[in-house]
Amino acid sequence: MLAWFNDQFLKMQWLYDGVEWLVVNVFGLSLNDRIGASIHFFIYDVIKIYILLVVIVYGISYIQSYYPPERTREALKNVKGLFGNFLGALFGTLTPFCSCSSIPLFIGFTNAGLPLGVTFSFLICSPLVDIASVLLISSFFGVRIATIYVLTGMTLAIVGGWVIGSLKMEKHVEPFVYNNVMVQLDEQKLTRKERHQFSVEQALDIFKKTWVYVIVGVAIGAGIHNWIPEQWILLVLGQDKWYSVLLATAVGIPMYASLFGTLPIAIALVAKGVGIGTVLAFMMSVTALSLPSIIMLKNVVKTKLLILFVTYVSLGILLIGYVFNIFL
Amino acid sequence: MNIKILGGGCANCEKLEANAREAIKQLGMEAEFEKVKDPKQYSLYGILKTPGLVIDEKMVSYGRVTSVEDIIKLIQHQI
Repeated sequence: MLAWFNDQFLKMQWLYDGVEWLVVNVFGLSLNDRIGASIHFFIYDVIKIYILLVVIVYGISYIQSYYPPERTREALKNVKGLFGNFLGALFGTLTPFCSCSSIPLFIGFTNAGLPLGVTFSFLICSPLVDIASVLLISSFFGVRIATIYVLTGMTLAIVGGWVIGSLKMEKHVEPFVYNNVMVQLDEQKLTRKERHQFSVEQALDIFKKTWVYVIVGVAIGAGIHNWIPEQWILLVLGQDKWYSVLLATAVGIPMYASLFGTLPIAIALVAKGVGIGTVLAFMMSVTALSLPSIIMLKNVVKTKLLILFVTYVSLGILLIGYVFNIFL
Repeated sequence: MNIKILGGGCANCEKLEANAREAIKQLGMEAEFEKVKDPKQYSLYGILKTPGLVIDEKMVSYGRVTSVEDIIKLIQHQI
């Protein structure tokens, strides 16, 4: 049942078959032919991602409208220890994330007295394990890989927050974050109509922001898929190459792209025999860290904590990549 | 009337400002606009998600791009 749901709704078998019919009967090309296969990959993936993007983002935004950051702040105020880090990570997956909001979130949470470690668990998890992106991963790689992605991503966030909490890094936060007296706003009450409006806006907004990246990502994916010889890719990113995960992570960290644009590249790499750990590391490093977010974080934490944060997340992703290449 | 747009200058902040300017225009009013981009400043208002809209030092909407119609209502409510 779950497999059928995944095949028809998330993998969109019907669309695959439909585009195959189009390529074979209308364009008169064969899927065994390079050009035919490239065109099929391109049309199928672009349409599929657009549909998923709009539908998933709408649905998820509707659910997320029940978890505004104000509610998360209240829920996380009085939790301590590892359980606090767990809750922080969990709420990270539920709260709608926008990269321009990580700074006000950090300031607001910390100022309200949330343990620093809990806030960091939240901040690491929020961009990394977002429900919409997990559904997308599931549609491309199946439920098993998506589950692994969620579990490892959350573990990374829980342990990271716990480490930062244990090291007592409070003195490495810019003093104004603690010292200023800030208003604590209540959660805004929304009507059903407003939730719907919010979800439509989110879906349209994300579509407008990412449609170009999707086309570029799919084009690169189609290029890798059919035009670059497998040996070349495996020479650089092959599972037996010790530097494959390192390279994938290093390329991914400064990149600021959404998962929607990254996935087609990832799927093409997997099809070419690149290890799943290498691909996971690439996707995680693109979403968890980016140059703009690091620069923004510099406004609120001092260099030492920033370096600890970036180093920890990078090493964690590397570890996840290597472990999965060995065990999967 | 003083209107402040809180937020680091992302696309949503620009949209909110455009909506607020349109609302003021439709109401035939005059307002002085201010962009508060510095986290040190805007965090004082307690905002957790940008953008935020402050009318005469009162926080009227936060975490979303409020529509022109809603801003008109908020301004009328405020007066």
